[in-house]
Amino acid sequence: MGRTRKPKLAVWKFASCDGCQLSLLDCEDELLDVVGAVEIAYFPEATRVSSRGPYDLSLVEGSITTLDDIRRIATIRKASKRLVTIGACATAGGIQALRNFKDVHEFVAAVYARPDYIDTLDRSLPIAHYVPVDFELRGCPINKYQLLELLSALLAGRRPSFPEHSVCIECKRRGAVCVMVAQGTPCLGPITHAGCGAICPAFARGCYGCYGPMETPNTASLGERWTALGVPPAAQARALRTFNAWAEPFRAAADAAAAAGKDRQP
Amino acid sequence: MTAKTRTLKVGALARVEGEGGLLVRVTRGKVTDVRLHIFEPPRLFEAFLRGRDYAEAPDLTARICGICPVAYQMSAVHALEAALGVTVSPEVRALRRLLYCGEWIESHALHIFMLHAPDFLGYEDVIGMAKDHGALVRQALEIKKVGNDLMTTLAGREIHPINVRVGGFYRAPDRRELAPFVDRLERARDIAAAAVRWTSALPMPAFEQPYEFVALRHPDEYPLNEGRLVSSRGLDITPSEFEAHFTEEHVQHSNALQGSLRGRGAYLVGPLARYSLNFDRLPPVAQDAARAAGLEPICRNPFQGIVVRAVELLFTCEEAIRLVRTYEPPARPFVQATPRASTGAACTEAPRGFLYHRYTLDDQGAILEARIVPPTAQNQKSVEHDLQVFVEQHLDLPQAELTRRCEQAIRNYDPCISCATHFLDLRVERE
Repeated sequence: MGRTRKPKLAVWKFASCDGCQLSLLDCEDELLDVVGAVEIAYFPEATRVSSRGPYDLSLVEGSITTLDDIRRIATIRKASKRLVTIGACATAGGIQALRNFKDVHEFVAAVYARPDYIDTLDRSLPIAHYVPVDFELRGCPINKYQLLELLSALLAGRRPSFPEHSVCIECKRRGAVCVMVAQGTPCLGPITHAGCGAICPAFARGCYGCYGPMETPNTASLGERWTALGVPPAAQARALRTFNAWAEPFRAAADAAAAAGKDRQP
Repeated sequence: MTAKTRTLKVGALARVEGEGGLLVRVTRGKVTDVRLHIFEPPRLFEAFLRGRDYAEAPDLTARICGICPVAYQMSAVHALEAALGVTVSPEVRALRRLLYCGEWIESHALHIFMLHAPDFLGYEDVIGMAKDHGALVRQALEIKKVGNDLMTTLAGREIHPINVRVGGFYRAPDRRELAPFVDRLERARDIAAAAVRWTSALPMPAFEQPYEFVALRHPDEYPLNEGRLVSSRGLDITPSEFEAHFTEEHVQHSNALQGSLRGRGAYLVGPLARYSLNFDRLPPVAQDAARAAGLEPICRNPFQGIVVRAVELLFTCEEAIRLVRTYEPPARPFVQATPRASTGAACTEAPRGFLYHRYTLDDQGAILEARIVPPTAQNQKSVEHDLQVFVEQHLDLPQAELTRRCEQAIRNYDPCISCATHFLDLRVERE
């Protein structure tokens, strides 16, 4: 029997916390099988090995925040047959995209003594803003079981199967009590992409949207509900401006809430 | 030696969290330049925390680091509770300690077996190591998983847990949920005890350094969440006095500020410091294991950090067993805080060293100013100093071998570069 070459896997990092790539090392039960099925060609968090492309699959963590990042992601894209972004930084710009709403130079000056030593772009943007992306894994952090599903599907040559509904469906499936209906706790579940397993409602708190917007979310309707629960517009804007602040539906809804808040000020 | 200049360069360090590189320049047998480059891009947390509600800080700052999010959450809630005058119940306090044990177990197991051990045995990574040491790697994954599962049960997930809030937890587990962990932790404790023996038998460079150790010290516990900040040269302060004694400077080759003790310079935080300042606070099982492994109560060899981490891994398993066995659910999972204009600071012990947070709030509870000093920033000067001494002692080694040893010397610190690029500066502009 002819020996087939193992697919080459590379894991790349841009501006991020390292948590999404750590998810792979957190697959304790499956890790040895995964590394048996692929060739780890580049994954500096785990190995000194560094092999040249082309890569069959590149997992990309983090957002683009420097000029060098823009050059690097273009090179990675060229060297990769498939490129999958993992997590909120790579798919939406991450929490560091909060700079996009402000003056980044003032931000740098607030943190660093010598702003002139710091090289950073005005905006933190998702990978897909710069290069085509074959698939996106949502979440801050990603769900490691979704990562395993992605790897299995790509190895088997099929399309990965992920839910595209809201967190509400996962919440019902898990049998959790609706925190918004039962306790009046503000929850982003109705507009947030599934994938986490609805863990926040199961721990008696509202969803805080770390998986980003679902397809065609009704943000206006949820905003009315939050207003009825007594959440001021400024607080609604903040709730949407976290890890997926730059994702269009959250950004638009937050801008609208922030504008409404300003109108009400005396 | 010839007059030739020799340069050691590592473009991107492997098996560390985040992006860093190394440059060492040697001229006529003397190290003339050592730079731990930190090119991890800045993410500017302290800047965007301004204007956020205090209650958001635990979830927002967790995102500084996917490896030690609990450390960020713990330092944040303790600092904010100090600001707001909140005291949590003993049950909540114990539950926080248990959550922190979960993170320590996961992080230490990851570093000992998957990131650091391959250096001692000459592998590129744990994958290669698994081929020859399969049983060991499977045990490593088993103990790591216990830590992760503990975090998931207590707080929803292991990376960026969702159950921590100022004043306590959103929901406290019942006894039945935690009880099954006793058996698993007992097995983990056995693995950790074996790890102390195994790591102590690794080939260990003789390399003692005259560090000033700094760590928390508590009247009767090995430190996690509370204690005074003490040093091996007589420092003894409350965490709120941190900024009066420590300073940071911004150097061009790093997106992380370098920590320094005022008037004294470099200092060391992390397992070596914690262990050497708190040996008497370890449970007997951990003290005995350390002695049997040939460790003195004070350890000044950073390469032996792998053994000290294994001792701490044993301690955390033992401590987690005690906490699960004695667990009583709190009457209420949290205390509701009332916003007020205030400032509060706290240090807690992240797996790789203590982590300082300070927040200033307005009367509505909005954050006016935040300051975060992570362990890797504090250790940067010591890392560079170690490298200088180490390279001068080993100039006879071939280039590839010397480079590899330098990488190992950096990994002694379990550096978390993602954490290190966030900090801090006293010059914060107010809006």
